[in-house]
Amino acid sequence: MSTQHSRSAARIMIAPATFLLLAWMLIPLCMTLYYSFRRYRLLTPDRQGWVGFRNYENFLTNPAFTSALINTLVLVLGVLIITVVLGILLAILLDQPFKGQGIVRILVIAPFFVMPTVSALVWKNMFMNPVNGLFAYAAKAVGLEPYDFLSQAPLMSIIGIVSWQWLPFATLILLTAIQSLDSEQMEAAEMDGASALNRFWFITLPHLSRAITVVILIQTIFLLSIFAEILVTTNGGPGTASTNLTYLVYAESLLNYDVGEGSAGGVVAIILANIVAIFLMRAIGKNLDA
Amino acid sequence: MGQISLNQVTKSFGDVQVIPPLDLDINEGEFVVFVGPSGCGKSTLLRLIAGLEDTTSGVIKIDDTDATALPPAKRGLAMVFQSYALYPHMSVRKNIAFPLRMAGMDQAAQDAKINAAATALNLTDYLDRRPGQLSGGQRQRVAIGRAIVREPSAFLFDEPLSNLDAALRVGMRLEISELHKKLETTMIYVTHDQVEAMTMADKIVVLQAGVIEQVGSPLELYHKPRNKFVAGFIGSPKMNLIEGAEAEKHGAATIGIRPEHMTVSKSEGTWKGVVGVAEHLGSDTFIHVHETGLMDTMTLRITGDIEARHGDTIFLSPEMDKLHRFDAQGLRLV
Repeated sequence: MSTQHSRSAARIMIAPATFLLLAWMLIPLCMTLYYSFRRYRLLTPDRQGWVGFRNYENFLTNPAFTSALINTLVLVLGVLIITVVLGILLAILLDQPFKGQGIVRILVIAPFFVMPTVSALVWKNMFMNPVNGLFAYAAKAVGLEPYDFLSQAPLMSIIGIVSWQWLPFATLILLTAIQSLDSEQMEAAEMDGASALNRFWFITLPHLSRAITVVILIQTIFLLSIFAEILVTTNGGPGTASTNLTYLVYAESLLNYDVGEGSAGGVVAIILANIVAIFLMRAIGKNLDA
Repeated sequence: MGQISLNQVTKSFGDVQVIPPLDLDINEGEFVVFVGPSGCGKSTLLRLIAGLEDTTSGVIKIDDTDATALPPAKRGLAMVFQSYALYPHMSVRKNIAFPLRMAGMDQAAQDAKINAAATALNLTDYLDRRPGQLSGGQRQRVAIGRAIVREPSAFLFDEPLSNLDAALRVGMRLEISELHKKLETTMIYVTHDQVEAMTMADKIVVLQAGVIEQVGSPLELYHKPRNKFVAGFIGSPKMNLIEGAEAEKHGAATIGIRPEHMTVSKSEGTWKGVVGVAEHLGSDTFIHVHETGLMDTMTLRITGDIEARHGDTIFLSPEMDKLHRFDAQGLRLV
């Protein structure tokens, strides 16, 4: 199969796709880098020029930056903890034989098919709205003051919404992993005198470690760039209480009309994402080795 | 320690009764083998004894205490699974230690037991490896080690050798037999391989469709099969079962003659036939004989070598005292 000829033929045939992908990635990256070293404000587009690292300076010393950085990490970490813990519990629950299993599994997966903007709007208007929302209604029904989730606890509310979206993904991956657990192993542990809790701790959880790693890695990639949910619910506010890095970049370039500083923020976000990635691979990447 | 008795035990999955009422007594220190074709309920029976399946009705007694409702861990039995069921993320040491750890034994006592088991099973060099880094035979030994350290009142083996290659199987068979001689603990062993059953057992339980066909020592089963099923199942190659006029001559519905209990001649004998395939094993020769007018293919086993070519006509004479006779219900006639 892999003669010299077939290998070069394969290379030629794969080249257009590779080239397209490369261009798709490199051109925006290079343009972002280019703008990040330029003065380019949309209100004064005629005054352009090289400014060195001034955009980076401005972005990193922006008081919103620190809170955006912390918010980003809290958001990612919060959603990861909620989805992994609940995902494991749900997966174990769904693995039990019960009537209507197929329908319940589809229902559990459903939130994943709802677009982020739509689900965030549904949560904002139907559930969390302090006047018309279901939660407010429930609170009033038992005589409590309705809680204005999105202004009292904006970041936690967004964590809740995003967790609801990603829980199905985690559940699904963990469920398939649980199903691949050899039942004889569980029986052996049962005969060895392990209680249900011990069987979970010593057999199920180690068996799931690889799937949990996959869930954490994939979710982190997507959670670092959460944007739509923030835009349609809190607009990053109140103040910067729910602004993450992605939203800050958007705010700088399109709300403050400063493309230069926005681009610098973009580059900073790329660097931070890589730091997180390296940290993650160091911490849990070994779980992926067979 | 290690006496197990089953009294009117049944098991149903939904409406399907896989084990009709069944009685069985297993004595202390016995090596009992459950044997039967696949799907005969032998594994289910073992799992009932282990407590991994609930009985539908009936009583299981272990050492004279009612264990029917006891959870598996409380029955004092240890099981070796077909897939070994080792914990892949734990080292061999931790695998063997697991039941001790679950029992809350202190570290020093654990280490002593693990080292003793590892020495007995030749696992000392592998204690820090993961199961994934071991060969099939070694994994099997780890599984046995995990069972030994618990000092159970009986060992349960569920087709433990079926994942091993032929050579290793013979070796492990011996090791398990020797282990039984050394520990003198009751062992219950499930297999579909009658050679394993014959070579290892003190007592064989032949099962078919959840029903015990016969219980007895290997030679008892070989020499005095209680019915046609046992006659056909025990022994290799299988017993020749002849029906019709030839059987009526001996006053039976069916007569059986083992392949090794016939003499062969080129010129004269009781039955005449044509040689089909001859399998030369060196020590033995199996000859498949056609056109005897008695049954489709009659199998003949001769010690040593014989000149027999495809298409040759030969004569067979059964050793009359080794002839088995069965009535119309398939039961043995005395």
